[in-house]
Amino acid sequence: MDFKLSKTHLLQQEMYRKFAENEVKPLAEEMDETEVYNLDLLAKMHKYGLMGIPYSKEYGGVGGDYLSYALCMEEVSKVDGSTGITISVHTSLCCSCIDSFGTEEQKQKFLRPLIDGSKTGCFGLTEPNAGSDAAGQQTTAVYDAETDEYIINGGKIFTTNSGFADTNICFALTDKKLGTKGISAFVVPLKDEEGNAYPGVTVSENIKRMGIRAASNCEVSYENVRVPAANRLGKEGAGFKIAMKALDGGRIGIAAQCVGLAQGALNEAMAYVKERKQFGRPISAFQTTQFKLADMQTKIDAARLMTWRAACIKDAGENYGPAAAMAKLFASDMANNVCREAVQLMGGYGYCREYPVERALRDAKITEIYEGTSEVMKMVISGAMKVNAK
Amino acid sequence: MKIVVCIKQVPDTNEVKLDPKTNRLIRDGVPSIINHDDKAGIEAALQLKERVGGTVTVVCMGPPQADVALREALAMGCDDAYLLSAREFGGSDTCATAIIISSALKKIGYDIVFTGRQAIDGDTAQVGPQIAENLGIPQVSYTEELIDVTDETITVKRQYEDRYHIIEAPLPCLLTAIQELAEPRYMHAGGIIDAYAKDITVWGFEDLKDVINPDHIGLMGSPTKVVTSFGKMPKGAGTKLEVTPEEAVEAIIAKMEERHII
Ligand SMILES: Cc1cc2nc3c(=O)[nH]c(=O)nc-3n(C[C@H](O)[C@H](O)[C@H](O)COP(=O)(O)OP(=O)(O)OC[C@H]3O[C@@H](n4cnc5c(N)ncnc54)[C@H](O)[C@@H]3O)c2cc1C
Ligand SMILES: Cc1cc2nc3c(=O)[nH]c(=O)nc-3n(C[C@H](O)[C@H](O)[C@H](O)COP(=O)(O)OP(=O)(O)OC[C@H]3O[C@@H](n4cnc5c(N)ncnc54)[C@H](O)[C@@H]3O)c2cc1C
Repeated sequence: MDFKLSKTHLLQQEMYRKFAENEVKPLAEEMDETEVYNLDLLAKMHKYGLMGIPYSKEYGGVGGDYLSYALCMEEVSKVDGSTGITISVHTSLCCSCIDSFGTEEQKQKFLRPLIDGSKTGCFGLTEPNAGSDAAGQQTTAVYDAETDEYIINGGKIFTTNSGFADTNICFALTDKKLGTKGISAFVVPLKDEEGNAYPGVTVSENIKRMGIRAASNCEVSYENVRVPAANRLGKEGAGFKIAMKALDGGRIGIAAQCVGLAQGALNEAMAYVKERKQFGRPISAFQTTQFKLADMQTKIDAARLMTWRAACIKDAGENYGPAAAMAKLFASDMANNVCREAVQLMGGYGYCREYPVERALRDAKITEIYEGTSEVMKMVISGAMKVNAK
Repeated sequence: MKIVVCIKQVPDTNEVKLDPKTNRLIRDGVPSIINHDDKAGIEAALQLKERVGGTVTVVCMGPPQADVALREALAMGCDDAYLLSAREFGGSDTCATAIIISSALKKIGYDIVFTGRQAIDGDTAQVGPQIAENLGIPQVSYTEELIDVTDETITVKRQYEDRYHIIEAPLPCLLTAIQELAEPRYMHAGGIIDAYAKDITVWGFEDLKDVINPDHIGLMGSPTKVVTSFGKMPKGAGTKLEVTPEEAVEAIIAKMEERHII
């Protein structure tokens, strides 16, 4: 067992850290205030490979692994949670579906532009009436034999990146009678070649939220949207499996986002307690402060190790689902606690928008909800433990 | 066009501390980076390659750990890398360093050589010019902008104390880069993976033996002998006067006269 990062990983970590510090951090506060993601920044992330890390060079990706991707997620999330989720949804929810389940032709056509820097992706599973119970999909896709197309009708909610994304993975029922086996996955363009809305697709305004406010997060509705049958990923009925697989991997990214949010908040608090004087000395001189920071760092490290372990299991090609769920469950709880303590350590100033820990605390909350709530994580973990099996 | 960039790995600090006992730089625990001017040289070289084609080679003399500086340069887009590393090279001063690097350059070949103007740790600004002298090629120091390049010449803007010089030099030639020359790009994430898949050529003394005189390198071959080195003495607290501007002028002039400065 070796807990050391390889040289390649260390150099990547350094690069992601510099990129985050120099490019993302200066924009984070403004993006949060305006609730608009900076598209020049997005273009820069594409340019330097941040949007295609765990994908093969054969298709224009970076050729890194999931651990590399987790390192990137941590570094960007240290300075901005919204940037973390923007990368995560594109990488581990959208691209992974095509990478894992697409044919060679689909990979060339859909995956390549997503990871070589020209397009951005999103993932539409959640519907107003199908959240944790994702099997309760109501969006339908009806096959039209005459044109060899599917006609999609329905609506998705909370589709991250949809405000600017080009490519969406949409899940829809091809057979209502079959339950989860009746769900199929489709690559649906959100824009046509000219950059206008794809016929039948409507993307709402950004949904007003508590945190990760810079991320684009909208409702996407489909009205007689026609896509070629060649856009279906896997067989008819394979959609639910595809979604669950993507979310398993996505959770590693979210766990890394949590580690980043927490470490970023801790770093801010550390700098602050050394400067801030009360009762005639820096508040870092109080043992309660020292012990609190020691506890925070310990929990961050534990979450980081769980995250890296899940990534390594995935990279080794083994069953990583339960490890990823545990990493996300623990890390999201940790991030909420650590960010809250960071605000506490900084007193009234920590509560002000001028200081980034306030944003980190708001951003941290969503990590217990998206890509499966903490309760859903416990279902996954206890299921793998076979707690309820005879 | 064959472009070569000489890069030095330096401690990441502008405030290099000296060990009070040995008077040597304390390098332990200080992360290493590519010297800032040299990084600007890499960027300028890559931009030049994008403009006129060719290859960019990076060369570094240093201990085996300097490998990471070369990997970084490769990840930015350089094509190949040489590490000059040997026990015999240790303790080289600027003169010996330039001899070693120029010997390697003779073997590697070049049309344009970039060095930084100066290294943030040694700070002598001597190595670049000495390399050019050893190779017998023209040099332009303080290069701030590459204006034009043809197969035979390069035209650059050179920063000078109170003006700029526009200089045209025949190729091959050596340019010493200042930070203003170019804003370095980030490494590309995929470039990092490629950088570690590539081989870095490591040349020791044996590999340069035929072009290098062993008496001119290393500690023994270095004409510079460091007698003593020391940090700056901290200045005293100074005197603060709460006076009007007129009174301040009087007081300052009186002090300068008292010290025979004026
Ligand atoms: C900012 C943001 C971004 C998102 N991005 C995306 C995206 O890109 N793509 C996408 O498809 N979705 C996305 N989502 C949706 C997200 O994954 C869902 O919100 C999440 O899965 C929870 O679903 P829900 O909101 O319908 O809550 P519900 O499922 O209604 O859950 C409400 C509460 O009930 C609990 N609960 C539900 N069932 C059980 C049970 N059986 N036992 C115990 N407790 C239970 C839940 O844990 C939760 O606490 C995003 C959401 C947000 C807010
Ligand atoms: C282990 C060690 C021992 C030393 N011992 C002595 C000593 O005993 N006596 C002494 O006088 N000095 C000694 N030095 C200092 C050494 O001579 C200088 O650091 C070196 O010659 C470069 O000079 P500089 O830093 O002033 O670089 P400058 O001349 O300021 O550098 C200008 C440019 O030259 C190029 N360059 C410089 N060094 C290198 C390099 N190594 N590889 C590639 N390109 C380079 C870079 O492009 C740089 O930007 C020692 C240094 C080291 C690391």
